[in-house]
Amino acid sequence: MERIEVLKTYKIFIGGQFPRTESGRYYPLKLKNNMTVNVSLSSRKDFRNAVVIARGAFSGWSSRAAFNRGQILYRIAEMLEGRKEQFLEELKQLGYTAISAKKEVEQSIDRLVYYAGWCDKYQQLNSSVNPVASSHFNFSVPEPMGVVAIMADESTALLGLVSAIAPCIAGGNTCIVLASESKPTCAITFAEVLATSDVPGGVVNIMTGNRKELHAHFSSHMDVNAIITCNSEKDFNKTVGENASLNVKRVFVWNKNWNNESEQGPYYITDLQEIKTTWHPIENIGVSGIKY
Amino acid sequence: MAKKEIKKLDYFTDWKYAPAPEATDHIRLQKQYELFINGKFVKPNSGKYFDTINPATEEKISSIAEANDKDVDLAVKSARTAYDKTWSKMPAKERAKYIFRIARLIQERARELSVIETMDGGKSIRESRDIDVPLAANHFFYYAGWADKLEYAFPNRKPQSLGVAGQVIPWNFPLLMAAWKIAPALATGNTVVLKPAETTSLTALKLAEIIQESGLPDGVVNIITGHGPVGAAMVNHKDINKIAFTGSTNVGKWIQKAIAGTDKKLTLELGGKAANIIFEDAPINQAVEGIVNGIFFNQGHVCCAGSRLFVQESVAEEVIRKLKDRLETLVVGDPLDKNTDIGAINSKMQLNKINEYLKIGVNDGAEMYQSSCSIPKKGFFVRPTLFLNSSQSHRISQEEIFGPVLAIQTFRTIEEVIEKANNIPYGLSAGVWTDKGSRIFNMTSKLRAGVVWANTYNKFDPTSPFGGYKESGFGREGGLHGLAPYLKF
Repeated sequence: MERIEVLKTYKIFIGGQFPRTESGRYYPLKLKNNMTVNVSLSSRKDFRNAVVIARGAFSGWSSRAAFNRGQILYRIAEMLEGRKEQFLEELKQLGYTAISAKKEVEQSIDRLVYYAGWCDKYQQLNSSVNPVASSHFNFSVPEPMGVVAIMADESTALLGLVSAIAPCIAGGNTCIVLASESKPTCAITFAEVLATSDVPGGVVNIMTGNRKELHAHFSSHMDVNAIITCNSEKDFNKTVGENASLNVKRVFVWNKNWNNESEQGPYYITDLQEIKTTWHPIENIGVSGIKY
Repeated sequence: MAKKEIKKLDYFTDWKYAPAPEATDHIRLQKQYELFINGKFVKPNSGKYFDTINPATEEKISSIAEANDKDVDLAVKSARTAYDKTWSKMPAKERAKYIFRIARLIQERARELSVIETMDGGKSIRESRDIDVPLAANHFFYYAGWADKLEYAFPNRKPQSLGVAGQVIPWNFPLLMAAWKIAPALATGNTVVLKPAETTSLTALKLAEIIQESGLPDGVVNIITGHGPVGAAMVNHKDINKIAFTGSTNVGKWIQKAIAGTDKKLTLELGGKAANIIFEDAPINQAVEGIVNGIFFNQGHVCCAGSRLFVQESVAEEVIRKLKDRLETLVVGDPLDKNTDIGAINSKMQLNKINEYLKIGVNDGAEMYQSSCSIPKKGFFVRPTLFLNSSQSHRISQEEIFGPVLAIQTFRTIEEVIEKANNIPYGLSAGVWTDKGSRIFNMTSKLRAGVVWANTYNKFDPTSPFGGYKESGFGREGGLHGLAPYLKF
């Protein structure tokens, strides 16, 4: 007799765990093999829970050594490389060709390695010692904004998701991500990669659901510091922008073609950084000594 | 009832540590090591080998190949071919992946590397385990990330690799110095010929094994062993584009002269005689720890060692008393013992040099104070030593000793200490201890040195540029600044 395959239940990823949506709702997604997946239709409450958890994870993650964050991002790339076959299969079930699936997974891995390298480097490029006219040592350094809400690229299953998450967490932020509505399965499998990559629970939280329903909640939450929308719908983005003004959220529209190698760089990290300037007095005696 | 006896600290009974030796049975060493050229271990054209010994036991560990001019030429040729055919053509992000692999392999074999580092060089296992080896891995990891980001480091310029880099490194941090040299060179797209110091070739050769395992294309890194003439042949080789040297100021000057008039690019990381300055408002206990760490770290075999101590007069008595007490508690002996603070002096030659300076210090009129600890009969050891009442003109205050010997002077005013600290040909590093932030920034701007540690000492990080002013050399290693010496624009 033929062996019956065990099917995977796709749930959401919050605080390092895989709960179902608190709402109990779902939406059906038909795969290329004619199987149907019941995807979690996350609610406002799921999002609000995730924000609490992401906020809790922020102080630990942002105070990690930059080098350590780099090691962890690199570890994500290692894990993804190891599960390449699984992602190729899943992408095909979502309608990718073999070639486009391979390209998407490999680019995602390389993008993670790329941002792993940035973790301890963007600071040197974006810090300054400011030559103020008074006797002060004055310097400016970037600091992560805090909790970032991300509405990921709708058109890609993995690459858009990775391209938004990587610069966000490389810079020490934590995030809540809404996966592509039409291609959500890969995002949840990517969450499994995160869960086994030494990424502390709560640093990345991934939800599946309906963007139309959730975008207002994502953008109006008062404990979210920045919101990224990776899609082009003008009316959505207008609502997001208006709601963001409630607590002066920083808004970024990253509507990009992520397949393009040029759509990566330190500026995606520094979008999500504040600049902090410190003034410190310099005692000014003993001038004589600098003659050698 | 009998009167209770007041217990006094007795360093020789109460402070004894049970031996805690690190096991050596897990390491893999060969009886004889060859040259690493073009991805393979090959016999030297000289047919000669020399012994590498454990300076703590004076026992032979292994035989090391002695390269000659012909081997140097082969290594350079292999580096040139690798540069032309593969390395310079490889996309930067793929180059990065090889360097990441090397970092990972070092992490995986960290324990083995630290034990070998300690056996071959004499440094305490605690230091090789906690500092040398992890920092070496981190350095590769850090520079790997730069490989595909160079345009961001130098906006409006087109950074390009140089070609073949010839690198000569010292014996005080054998693996770490190899990492400091190789990692940025590879990240910037150069190929490498590296010569480790003759007393400490083993971890560089283990690194060669790791490089082989990483699948790095043949010839991208070549490691050739031997004595001074090997380095000289590299410096004079016509097909090398860049010389990077860490070592003594004398040799550095010779190299600078030798390559004058050629197109070779040069970085020099040379000697030092750092001032470690203690102001009266400093946290004294932490400062004493800082002094100890500053001069006794790695037996004082550190170019940036805080070998000149300046203490403000008002606290001199207290600082020196506490320093003497602390000196007594330092454990000198078997480098493989995890309790050991000060291991073996790297070589007989270095031991003689240090002992010579002890005589010079006494003859010059400084007051010598040594820990009363016993030192092993076999092997190269020296007691941690203070010279009290030394003066600016003493040779022990002017010349680099490269051993656990501290020359102590006192000062009254800021002007005086800045004057004394700067009045020396060296300018590698300095330390400042004070509670006052504004004074720290004053001192960092007045001291003519490449690295200034405030309320800490001997801290290193891959992201932090390191290098000297004046006769301590030029060029920086570490951080963004460490890329430029391996690029042309």
